[in-house]
Amino acid sequence: MLDQFRDKQLVQQSLAEIRRITTRPWAIMEICGGQTHAIMQYGLHELLPQEIELIHGPGCPVCVTSLELVDKAIAIASKENVIFTSYGDMLRVPGSSQDLFAVKAGGGDVRVVYSAIEALHIAEKNPDKEVVFFGIGFETTAPANVISVVKAKNQGIRNYSMLVSQVCVPPAMHAILGSPANRVQGFLAAGHVCAVMGYREYEPIAQQYRVPMAVTGFEPLDLTLGILETVKMLESGQVEVRNAYTRGVTRDGNLIAQKIIHDCFEPCDRNWRGIGMIPMSGWKLKDAYRDFDAELKFQVQDIQTRESEICIAGQILQGLKKPYECPAFGKPCTPQNPLGATMVSSEGACAAYYLYARIDHE
Amino acid sequence: MCLGIPGKIIEIFNHESTRMGKVDFNGVELEVCLEAVPEAQLGNYVIVHAGFAISTLSESEAKETLDILNQLDSFQQELGN
Ligand code: SF4
Repeated sequence: MLDQFRDKQLVQQSLAEIRRITTRPWAIMEICGGQTHAIMQYGLHELLPQEIELIHGPGCPVCVTSLELVDKAIAIASKENVIFTSYGDMLRVPGSSQDLFAVKAGGGDVRVVYSAIEALHIAEKNPDKEVVFFGIGFETTAPANVISVVKAKNQGIRNYSMLVSQVCVPPAMHAILGSPANRVQGFLAAGHVCAVMGYREYEPIAQQYRVPMAVTGFEPLDLTLGILETVKMLESGQVEVRNAYTRGVTRDGNLIAQKIIHDCFEPCDRNWRGIGMIPMSGWKLKDAYRDFDAELKFQVQDIQTRESEICIAGQILQGLKKPYECPAFGKPCTPQNPLGATMVSSEGACAAYYLYARIDHE
Repeated sequence: MCLGIPGKIIEIFNHESTRMGKVDFNGVELEVCLEAVPEAQLGNYVIVHAGFAISTLSESEAKETLDILNQLDSFQQELGN
């Protein structure tokens, strides 16, 4: 079943249909970094008709985690008696003066984990240490992250806490569409965020800004079908949220996962790296779980940050510039030596362009 | 990290009253929390993010999507395209 969504001929067919119905230029944003990655990997942006421009959105959690939180992570990881755990990509994200990898190289106990539950197991096995998990992500990883806190509370594991950097897509869409510089005319809504949250939240946004959206999956055929659906609406002037990923997403989303999230998290303002503060665009732990909040536990409130002067990741994340327009792209900034967060994770636009771009932009 | 990938459930078990499973991702087997997908059965494909299954892939919906596309093809052929 899965193979067919990678079938070259079917992808070609859907591309032909997009070509057939496109009559003028349209700018469509894929909000999710996973989709940016897949688009570059399969070279879809080069196979689309010239009129269709894909603008890459800010949906890379590694990229938008605020500098302040990265610096807090570094401060906590540098403390005695702490085992700091994180998804692998976060280790190379530049903080104001160093990254987590440097803390590890300097003798700090920084460990890469695949899930928050794994971090909780480390806490169980090391009762004399404080184990901290860097809980980053969009709605997709929220249930995975927060269930570790629920379990820690239920099992009475007191030496576990989470540095929370949860962000949410709908407020970011408002920020993009409400900006005077906005060029986005249609959205590919991220399939897996919608798998968790459903897509009811998007319907009023689509109407408010008159911007059609298609819920879109991650295989090449899913992407072309999402683009096709969006172009159909743009060409006909219809404004709706359509589901082009019905095998993975329902309108209501996963109600159990939503309950797990809302039991523990509540909305809060969040700073997005390179973009700035977006009101009510994140989640933080509710008061009932404050004992598991690493920011409170380690008192790392006063952090002075300093952002790189070269990096234009902010403009890239807002869809205003493409990675190859950055003077540092490719040299000196590379995935081996990232100057900005968008070059670290393969979901970041800079890294996706670096890894897969077939066009020579030098 | 955010690249949620579909995998096939090859084992379901309980661990400290949590519904867990072993999921096969193209030959790599990982333990996954199945708490939020009570409908998922052995052999089903689930989408997993950071060790947590967020959705069960529906085969009938997948088939329908492909059917629509195939109709599109025959329609174009009828037009002599
Ligand atoms: S290429 Fe490097 S320096 Fe330039 S915007 Fe991307 S991450 Fe920042």
